Amino acid sequence: MAERRVWVWVEVDVEGRPDKLSLELLTLARSIGTAEAVVLHPDAAGTVELLGEHGASAVYVGNDARFGDFVVDPHVDAMAALLNDESPDLVLFPSMFSARDIQARLVGRLGIGAISNATNVSYDGDDIVVTAPYGAETIGTVTLDNDGPHLVQIRPKAFPIEAVGGSAEVREVSPAIDDSRCRVRLLETIEEVSEGPNLEDATVIVSGGRGLGSADNYIIVEELAGQLGGAPGASRAIVDAGWVPYSHQVGQTGKVVKPSLYVAVGISGAIQHLVGMQGSSNIIAINTDEDAPIFDVADFGVVGDALQIVPALTARLREES
Amino acid sequence: MNIVVCVKHVPNPDLPMVVDPETRRLVRDPGESVLDTADEYGVEIALQLAEMHGGEVTVVTMGPEAADDALRRALAMGAHNAMHIVDESLAGSDALGTARTLAAAVEPLDADLVICATESTDAYSGMVPGALAEMLGLPQLTFAREAEVDGDSITVKRAVDTGVQTIQATLPVVMTVTASIAEPRYPTFRGLMQAKRKPVDVKSLADLGLDASLVGEAGAQERVTEIATETVEKEGVKIHDDGGDSIDQIVAYLKRIEVI
Repeated sequence: MAERRVWVWVEVDVEGRPDKLSLELLTLARSIGTAEAVVLHPDAAGTVELLGEHGASAVYVGNDARFGDFVVDPHVDAMAALLNDESPDLVLFPSMFSARDIQARLVGRLGIGAISNATNVSYDGDDIVVTAPYGAETIGTVTLDNDGPHLVQIRPKAFPIEAVGGSAEVREVSPAIDDSRCRVRLLETIEEVSEGPNLEDATVIVSGGRGLGSADNYIIVEELAGQLGGAPGASRAIVDAGWVPYSHQVGQTGKVVKPSLYVAVGISGAIQHLVGMQGSSNIIAINTDEDAPIFDVADFGVVGDALQIVPALTARLREES
Repeated sequence: MNIVVCVKHVPNPDLPMVVDPETRRLVRDPGESVLDTADEYGVEIALQLAEMHGGEVTVVTMGPEAADDALRRALAMGAHNAMHIVDESLAGSDALGTARTLAAAVEPLDADLVICATESTDAYSGMVPGALAEMLGLPQLTFAREAEVDGDSITVKRAVDTGVQTIQATLPVVMTVTASIAEPRYPTFRGLMQAKRKPVDVKSLADLGLDASLVGEAGAQERVTEIATETVEKEGVKIHDDGGDSIDQIVAYLKRIEVI
């Protein structure tokens, strides 16, 4: 039997590099079969070298300017045509916003099932076997009954990034994009610049939630993070409330982090948040509600008023340092 | 402006999720289920847009009889019409089957704007809105945190991985919304009373002209073969702070794990 062809959907970051999450998926793709990448982006050509270095044997490159000027539709049209021509066995999507949009539309376009939030994929004969956690405590094993391609979205940090060396063959993609299908125009992107260590790279993260009471109190989270040489994070609730920028969000729809220490300040611990941080080596939780679910995953829980405890802790650490 | 909001009746998100080991489906206790809080934001922005531009809001749900409760909540908030797709054949639907059913229900409503949550709180696959948009042949504007309608043009602000984007399209469209789009209103007593009496348009698969083999368990391609429970509850320490007396112990813990 021919080796399985596993495609990785690649998102391009603001610096024109393949996003880290897409590089993680190449590690999984290589373990299943022949890894190939698809990049539909005006700067696609600049990503080929790094993708090859991380194990892609070929990169489908589509750099039509309309991939940058419009969202979703031109990408879906091009991807549907590619899938039809090339028939890969499996397409892996990173857990990112535009990748999700494209995967979801392909479900509708091709009339095929898909799996989200997976942490592993393997094959048992011809059957795909996907591991997908539901909530914090239940792990499902899921299969797809269609002939393929199988569309699976993988959670962040499920696989390490591995630079294995190698170079990718470039396969130019020039799909016929109909202008009438370019329907959602991208008018503007404002980059959010965060200061201090990057959330994904920090060894210590201090995150705040609704229990802080107000946006002004977020400073106590930043100060403790600063004192510990870490990065400040946030629950979805306070990002949605506009207290802090989206780039700080830890959780299912934010960043998935695994620092050596995670301090949850005034965070109740919705499943959304837990899946983004429960892989941390050590977890401290500070919350007034003794029954908050965050205490179930905490190594060290403090039931009390974060607004008193956190500033006092920061002051003590400053004295001792 | 004719607005449709797709909503879901989900198990109370504050309670732990329970999966039936036999059916490998989520256990749905009607008495402990609510209108998905993620949908309340969609209902709210729909009501605001209808108040601003005129028109009516129709809420649509697919689910067992108890899901009527989710529609009543949306009606109590002020939605004008409600449609409930109930059919035994729908049990066990995956995202594809759900999108097919919603598409068949929503298409004849001739909406200018179809609103969904970005993902449901119980299954959170996030695949239904995009698949629905594709089946309806409509553009999609997703993860909206702000939305503005001007004539037949809609402009949406959304937070994505690279920053905050502004995107624009011509109606009709499908839009998915996040919690920052609008603060949901509480139903008034009068709204609650009226909601009980408002008619709900109940449809079966046959009414929608949908083939039962394409939906529910029969049409599902996503199949759960095994469910395992992993207890993540840690043997952690929990202390009670009294006036800042926990600081010594926190510092001791930080030293023990060699962070300081």
